[in-house]
Amino acid sequence: MSRTPDGPPPPPVVQRLRVRYTKRGRMRFTSHRDFARAFERALRRSGVPIAFSAGFSPHPKVSYAGAAPTGTASEAEYLEIGLAVSRDPRRVREALDAALPDGIDVVEVVEAQPATPSLAERIEASSWEIRLPGVSEEEAAAAVGKFLALDSVLVARPTKDGHREVDARAGVASVRLGVARNPDSGWETGPCATLNLVVRHSTPAVRPDDVLTALRRAAGLSTPVTPVVTRLAQGLLDEASPQDERRLLDPLG
Amino acid sequence: MQGGAGGPYPDQMGGASIFQRLEPLLPAVRKPVQYVGGELHSVVKDWESCQVRWALMYPDAYEVGLPNQGLQILYELLNERDDVLAERTYSVWSDLEALMREHAIPQFTVDAHRPVGDFDLLGVSFATELGYTNLLTALDLAGIPLSAAERDESHPIVVAGGHAAFNPEPIAEFIDVAVLGDGEQAAVAITDLVRDWKAAGRPAGRDGLLVRLATSGVAYVPAFYDVTYLPDGRIQRVVPNRPGVPWRVAKHTVMDLDEWPYPKQPLVPLAETVHERYSVEIFRGCTRGCRFCQAGMITRPVRERSITTVGEMVQRGIAATGFEEVGLLSLSSADHSEIAEIAKGLADRYDGEQVSLSLPSTRVDAFNVTLANELSRNGRRTGLTFAPEGGSERMRKVINKMVTEEDLIRTVATAYGNGWRQVKLYFMCGLPTETDDDVMQIAAMARRVIATGREAAGRRDIRCTVSIGAFVPKPHTPFQWAAQLDHETVDRRLRALKGALTHDREFGRSIGVRYHDGRPSIIEGLLSRGDRRVGAVIRAVWEDGGRFDGWSEHFSFRRWENACTAVFEGQPVSLDWYTTRERDLVEVLPWDHLDAGLDKDWMWQDWQDAISGEEVEDCRWSPCYDCGVCPSMDTEIQVGPTGRQLLPLTVV
Repeated sequence: MSRTPDGPPPPPVVQRLRVRYTKRGRMRFTSHRDFARAFERALRRSGVPIAFSAGFSPHPKVSYAGAAPTGTASEAEYLEIGLAVSRDPRRVREALDAALPDGIDVVEVVEAQPATPSLAERIEASSWEIRLPGVSEEEAAAAVGKFLALDSVLVARPTKDGHREVDARAGVASVRLGVARNPDSGWETGPCATLNLVVRHSTPAVRPDDVLTALRRAAGLSTPVTPVVTRLAQGLLDEASPQDERRLLDPLG
Repeated sequence: MQGGAGGPYPDQMGGASIFQRLEPLLPAVRKPVQYVGGELHSVVKDWESCQVRWALMYPDAYEVGLPNQGLQILYELLNERDDVLAERTYSVWSDLEALMREHAIPQFTVDAHRPVGDFDLLGVSFATELGYTNLLTALDLAGIPLSAAERDESHPIVVAGGHAAFNPEPIAEFIDVAVLGDGEQAAVAITDLVRDWKAAGRPAGRDGLLVRLATSGVAYVPAFYDVTYLPDGRIQRVVPNRPGVPWRVAKHTVMDLDEWPYPKQPLVPLAETVHERYSVEIFRGCTRGCRFCQAGMITRPVRERSITTVGEMVQRGIAATGFEEVGLLSLSSADHSEIAEIAKGLADRYDGEQVSLSLPSTRVDAFNVTLANELSRNGRRTGLTFAPEGGSERMRKVINKMVTEEDLIRTVATAYGNGWRQVKLYFMCGLPTETDDDVMQIAAMARRVIATGREAAGRRDIRCTVSIGAFVPKPHTPFQWAAQLDHETVDRRLRALKGALTHDREFGRSIGVRYHDGRPSIIEGLLSRGDRRVGAVIRAVWEDGGRFDGWSEHFSFRRWENACTAVFEGQPVSLDWYTTRERDLVEVLPWDHLDAGLDKDWMWQDWQDAISGEEVEDCRWSPCYDCGVCPSMDTEIQVGPTGRQLLPLTVV
């Protein structure tokens, strides 16, 4: 009885490309939904031959790996697209990058070989940079020391229907005082400590915000100005890296 | 930072971005992306190199304001000029407003985050009167005195436009000028006047510029008109108080839409907005003569955009934006003389391209269904909308909606027979001369629609949604003299209608009824037909916290009612006086000195014809009935057919 679209089914996926992109500058305020809409329009403008699902409302074949929360910047967001016609990944990178706004920069596109682990299987943790304007390195180091000495720090995270308890300590693979990538960036003047944080993507996921809440509540950190959080990398934990400074393996490598 | 104290002209100071101060506040507000700008096709120009600088505002939230076609057109055509700069600003939500006040951050543009107070002009587009309180918030945050009389040369000229500007009297105190009608040429003319005045060393200061704007006829300057009142509250006279200022200010009319094919590079937002599509206006104006319709009255005559220009605009617009939907806009899109060719041509061109076409037309006839079939060729046939507007045959004669019940039944049968599953019907409640029975007849009509639909579709799971709005009499329409129906009666009639339909065993489950309470419409009525004395009410409501009055969750009827009581204390006027009172021919209406081209005697005659149920034909297809617009505005109907076709696009 129900109508089905006339004509043949859409062409199948012949090539899968994995994309790393950024959320820089003011683009950190885009939500995941904002990004997805902008990306699908950019696909159309750039003429990349994206494959579509079948049915009355065909969707472009795009799958997103876990997105950084609205308000946090990122150097390492990932997605995978299915193309109906094979294309040179370098050309696709250039075309998508040109079609997206400044700050959403497509930095790497590689072809996914058949029978390789999925993106999700190659990502288990994130590395974050947290800049703390108005916080000296001594204050930050003291708070980190206290935090690491604890076995568990429960924090309440506001959700749609109330609060949810998350163990911020359990998800942290490593956290230490670091060096900012762009020490002059931002509006801050005066002291500004930088933390490097590696967090496992456990369930429930621990976000940098949860760790900051834990540092404030359990370790006496005070942040006079809103911290600036940037995801630097995602991937599998490199078991060869030191315990106090975990490194991640490139999921596109 | 730019210019600084060393600049040769005082106005070269300013224009510095406030973004560094704004950014730390954004993580704490809802949907921060709406404040950051950076949309595709947004423009940031060098402050110093431009002589005339416009801040363009839509006085509602970004998600509503960004898609506004009028603002996008002006933004693009002003920025195309080398020495002109235009940036956009929208209403900020209360969470950010509070933070901006706490941190002394002024109203800013989203393009370069410049303070709105630094611009030469602040152009505000009012699609609805319920945006007036938001204007006051923006002025206040910008550091611009609310009263035009208190502004000096350091403040922007505040320009009101849009349909509500056809009676700007309620906001006369807060604006410097109002522009009536099409904005394209008017914006350019104002820009030229401001540039020349600045280049001449600003002769006679702010007042000198306002005189130039008024005497050239390009804009209405409320301060140059004195209004006096009779003891009973009615207006006695509206008189110019300056030499050279016209007694009546006329609207602007763009005659050749093909010369103004905007928007060419529409903004593509990152944030979600209410309309996510590329919209092309396929014609302006409407002469169907629906007596309640202000848009149809003030935008005459009909001027079509040619099929070839429409085709080119769609082609370029999709390529420039990546939008997956194209809207063919106008007041009654099925009325374009070549709409069948446009629909077929576009459907052919974009067959299999994942581009959907929409035609917001509510005309009640089978041709409209044919068009919808063409546009949904490969898509799902969900809903079609028709607007009989009046529930009874008699009511439809009063409003000049020339549709019989048989027309409607035939049309919906065609729609359901063609696979459409849902039909939406628009009506109004509170129309002049309406009785309880006129509204109850909507129920009878909806039942017949479902009965006919089940037969035509051969199935029972079809639906009909009845959507009803409260009628608000508007200036420059034949109903401008009518009494607005009180909200208690509107609500009572709608409740009775809903009750009758929901308790209907045979059809009730197939019919949905949607309506809002009638109280916001009373305030809309106050602001639509109000005069300068209503300005104090707007200010009082704003001071009491009134914001975003177009949003039901923010609107407070009590607040407006209380403000009216307080402000009108001891005066012969009241909320009821402005809304539920019928006017007569001799009364001076607040907008009589503003000229939409309509002959007042013709409108009065049409109002009398309405009461006696006389209909009037569309002048595109029958002889002129002397509404007065063409001769007084020196315009004429511009319609096809051109006989041209849309050729298939060549694949690149």
